[in-house]
Amino acid sequence: MAAMPRNDLLLFAGFTLAVLTMPIWLAPFGAAYPDLLQRFMIFGIFAVGFNILFGLTGYLSFGHAAFFGVGSYAAVWSFKLLSLDVIPAMIFAIIVSGLFALVIGYISLRRSGIYFSILTLAFAQMSYNMAYSVLTPITNGETGLQLTQSDPRHLDSALAATVVGQPIPTLLGQSLGGFSGFYFCAGFLIIAFFLAQRITGSPFGMMLKGIKTNQTRMHYTGFNTKPYTLAAFVISGMYAGLAGALLAVTDPLAGAERMQWTASGEVVLMTILGGAGTLVGPVIGAWLIKYFENIFSAINDGILRRFFDFLPDGVDSAMVTVASKFVGEGWFLTLGLVFVIIVIFLPGGIMEGVRRIAHLFNRAPKAPGKANPQPQPAE
Amino acid sequence: MSQPNVVLHVADVHKRFGGLHALADIDLQVEEGQTHAIIGPNGAGKSTLLNVIIGKLPPSSGQVVFDGTVLTGRKPYQINQLGIARVFQTPEIFGDLSVLHNVMIPALAKRDGAFKLNMFRSLDSETGIREEAEHMLEDVGMLGRREMAAGSLSRGDKRRMELAMCLIQHPRLLLLDEPTAGMSRHDTNTTIELLKKIKSRGMTKVIIEHDMHVVFSLADKISVLAQGRIIADGTPDQVRGNPKVQEAYLGGAH
Ligand SMILES: Nc1ncnc2c1ncn2[C@@H]1O[C@H](COP(=O)(O)OP(=O)(O)OP(=O)(O)O)[C@@H](O)[C@H]1O
Ligand SMILES: [Mg+2]
Repeated sequence: MAAMPRNDLLLFAGFTLAVLTMPIWLAPFGAAYPDLLQRFMIFGIFAVGFNILFGLTGYLSFGHAAFFGVGSYAAVWSFKLLSLDVIPAMIFAIIVSGLFALVIGYISLRRSGIYFSILTLAFAQMSYNMAYSVLTPITNGETGLQLTQSDPRHLDSALAATVVGQPIPTLLGQSLGGFSGFYFCAGFLIIAFFLAQRITGSPFGMMLKGIKTNQTRMHYTGFNTKPYTLAAFVISGMYAGLAGALLAVTDPLAGAERMQWTASGEVVLMTILGGAGTLVGPVIGAWLIKYFENIFSAINDGILRRFFDFLPDGVDSAMVTVASKFVGEGWFLTLGLVFVIIVIFLPGGIMEGVRRIAHLFNRAPKAPGKANPQPQPAE
Repeated sequence: MSQPNVVLHVADVHKRFGGLHALADIDLQVEEGQTHAIIGPNGAGKSTLLNVIIGKLPPSSGQVVFDGTVLTGRKPYQINQLGIARVFQTPEIFGDLSVLHNVMIPALAKRDGAFKLNMFRSLDSETGIREEAEHMLEDVGMLGRREMAAGSLSRGDKRRMELAMCLIQHPRLLLLDEPTAGMSRHDTNTTIELLKKIKSRGMTKVIIEHDMHVVFSLADKISVLAQGRIIADGTPDQVRGNPKVQEAYLGGAH
């Protein structure tokens, strides 16, 4: 394995530092508590993996929540059947979701464009419905899959480890509550980011970009693109499975709602909001959406009424009525609006915004005499 | 005299699009190391013939044989891996990627084959491939634009880059569909020089051109296609003097 290029190394170091210090720099935003931080990590991993398929290869999957859900179920089954330790659960979840992605990817990738998207959506909805119906012995249906005192845990019992009280996942005997849970997930996000960075900068990553830009040319250049797209699909499915497994670690009640199409749509939004095809963009998109979801879904009418209290009577209740549609359960409406605005004005997502601003700053000192940094259109 | 070695044999190929007989009973033999030009009026079926050769379109009947291997029925990537590269009439390039990467990708296809899962190796460590690509870009006079996005190049530059993308694979057979269209006179002459240089290395070429200056500077053999049929073929002098060709194609132009 060759050394990493300098710029990549800097980016990786900066990313690692930013992630590990999140409990500090997110404190002023009121977001520095473990539960939310863990979700930042988990959905960051989900988005980084999704970007390998969508951002690099150009295949828009609308069904990736299925792999997330499968990862969750697999992890919980590992807790039940093997051990409460998280390491076997992670490995098991990644393998199972990878195999699941191999099958769904193999079939869906027979088509491209919108037909591919529809196929992935159909498979994910099928999985979701099956989790509630024929697969209830595996998923425990609407109740969700839970850990119980009487689970066999063959590995643990072989090692004569006993559990007192409600069983919870552990890492080498240590509980993963609070900040240790955050650092556990953060470790995985950092590894996930590192691998994505290597893939992006590899010849394999270049082929994925080639497929996104001009698949026809790839064929006439001598590439069999099918195994490339399938590999990208399986890798991103494994990322999703890992993220799902981590969610099962922090919240070991796996339910089928994790596989619903809204969850698949959310990771698409995260990736596009942050900037599809960039490395950090999808992570930032995931963080922003989870942060604002946390704020907006907690707002209720009481809070709104106090907020608009300064307005005259009548006006304030009208404002409360309108605003209440966008908060709480209506958070998806806000998300949809933000998404529309981003796609229209910043199709490259937040990373494009950052690039544009950086561009302005880079130019300004070099050409102080020129008032207008934009090139003048020809008459 | 030794028997000339036929590398490409298009045998009794027909291609129909609905009622249109785009290629009718085409029989074409291209000899090793030669430059074979195909000329003919618009809509004659020239590009369709190349499409059949590289596996983009299946022939309605007949087959294409390359160096003893039947190409018909094979996938485009397999045909390329056998050593056939093509410059398209409308450039087929990776518009979002840099010029350098556009040329590195075909070099990787040549070295690594149709699929290789090398995802933990850095592209920056591929110094051999990079240098090869830079040499190739220098040959086509595009080294200075190597960092530009390929999509933002002029039409002529896209074409020259696409030529570099093909040449870097050192194909045994190079198919060129109007390689100088959209180029300035100067760039056209540079391209002719470049193609002559490749010829001296023994690469076989099939070239479609409307520019007779290009055709007569390069071709060893010329086939004239009109309405899907080969109406004449032979050396440039034979074709030039053929009254059928004068009538169907060269007309008043020459
Ligand atoms: N995929 C296709 N489907 C239907 N008709 C086609 C297809 N490709 C080509 N044709 C038709 O076949 C005929 C030959 O087209 P072709 O592109 O081979 O001509 P050409 O000799 O390359 O012309 P030009 O000099 O304009 O490039 C045309 O009438 C064209 O409309
Ligand atoms: Mg043509």
